[in-house]
Amino acid sequence: MEVRQEKKGLVEFKDDKVFTWPTLVAKEFLAAIFVTVGLLFYSYFVDAPLRELSNPGQAENPAKAPWYFLGLQEVLVYFDPWYAGVALPSIIILGLILIPYLDNNPKGNGYYTFSERKFAVTTFVFGYILWYILIYIGTALRGPFWAFFWPWEQWTHDFPTPPPLHDLPLPLGIVLLGGFYFAGLALPALVKREFFQKLGVIRYSITMGLLLTMVGTVIKMVFRLAFNVKYIIATPWINI
Amino acid sequence: MKLIPDLIKKITDNEIWRSVFRHGYTDTPRNRALQIISNVWLHLHPAKVREHGTKIRFTWCMGGITFFIFLFETITGILLMFYYVPDVNRAYADIVDLMYVVPFGRFLRNSHRWGAHAMVITVSIHMFRVFLTGSYKPPRQFNWVVGVVLLVLTFLLSFTGYLLPWDQLGYWAITVGTNMARATPFLGHEGPFSYILGMRPDNDIRFALLGGTLIEAPALLRAYVWHCIGIPLVASALMMVHFWRVRKDGGISGPL
Ligand code: HEM
Repeated sequence: MEVRQEKKGLVEFKDDKVFTWPTLVAKEFLAAIFVTVGLLFYSYFVDAPLRELSNPGQAENPAKAPWYFLGLQEVLVYFDPWYAGVALPSIIILGLILIPYLDNNPKGNGYYTFSERKFAVTTFVFGYILWYILIYIGTALRGPFWAFFWPWEQWTHDFPTPPPLHDLPLPLGIVLLGGFYFAGLALPALVKREFFQKLGVIRYSITMGLLLTMVGTVIKMVFRLAFNVKYIIATPWINI
Repeated sequence: MKLIPDLIKKITDNEIWRSVFRHGYTDTPRNRALQIISNVWLHLHPAKVREHGTKIRFTWCMGGITFFIFLFETITGILLMFYYVPDVNRAYADIVDLMYVVPFGRFLRNSHRWGAHAMVITVSIHMFRVFLTGSYKPPRQFNWVVGVVLLVLTFLLSFTGYLLPWDQLGYWAITVGTNMARATPFLGHEGPFSYILGMRPDNDIRFALLGGTLIEAPALLRAYVWHCIGIPLVASALMMVHFWRVRKDGGISGPL
């Protein structure tokens, strides 16, 4: 049973083994039964949605993607489609894939702990909750023309007056964005030297790059809501 | 009063029965082990597991439930395929028939639909628990990667299914979703830098997904084939890898 533990010699597991049958299998069967009963019960009472025949000439308003993509559709308010619809999801998937290779903290392997891996858990839980908050906003709080409505407000079909958006001047934008990543990479490395050294420069840069992208996405949303900033960087080729 | 024991002996003590069931059911350690290893399905499990791995408060059973819902969707999906034809002139009517004409059709469609939503939720909770227990740490890094791909496939399974009823809901949801592909940098005709590769509406990545510039018959057929054959095949293959790796990596993770 020793797995890649050659360096430390054989690791003896506590002998806490039990027979799979029935200990585990019984629970699995029970879970399967509960899930089946739950699904069938729900399906008996609640009908799956079905609207009119599709009609390319008459757009739904609001036209919403399936709920699990509505977080991304919500981000679309603040970013161009190349980012919200393509780059951001790709970065999320890539970031998830990289997690095991970035997190080299040996503690907290195989049990619940917060104190032994505060940074990892905080970052992940933040992103996870953010994903669902955005889904909630996109699903429940967005009405026709993707206008914002509180849950207690009646949806109207008035076209919302677009706020007077403006772009940041290009040099300022570049300084802001560049400065954000530069400071975000440099400061923690200087202040939290131990954190930086444990990760090493490559792991550290990728980790912080991903984290800054996540936080930056939120900051851009705040910029839009608070200061009506349309683009931080606006060029004829690409806008951010 | 020897009737029942006699009867049981008659049924079980013969060549036919023993050719199917290789061991008795008396509660002995040997039989408990055999119950697992002489059964092709159950021997996905080892005969013995570490106790904490069987605790619902540890795994939340979410991986297992996700897998179970996948099977549930396979069965209900196959039944739906008997009634549904991915032809733009029929698809919507077939769904309406399921809702109003086919015996238990509504029930069948509902369970497939809600099962799909449930699977998206359980897989994301599974990922959450795997993160919180740090189970992606060595030696399980690669199984986490397989998991992320499974997560994406689960989304895509659900997404491709969304178009099939060919109603306004699905049509416009897929419109919104696939319009994103237009904006892909380099590869979508409205994306940044797409002029470098000479992208047009009729040769970009969205065109490849939809089989056209609009959501029409080819798009419906593509969604159907991906939904019923392509993605389930890939997902099944990866699930086999996933489960196999759970065992090869030393069983469910736990404190050493
Ligand atoms: C279709 C999707 C999936 C299925 C059917 C599935 C199924 C399972 C099952 C049955 C287990 C055994 C333990 C348990 O039930 O918790 C497991 C473990 C595991 N899964 Fe998944 N999974 C899926 C998706 C994912 C995702 C999205 C991730 C992570 C991104 C992931 C990562 C892992 C890892 C690392 C383990 C080992 C956990 C441990 O040893 O404690 N899986 N999976």
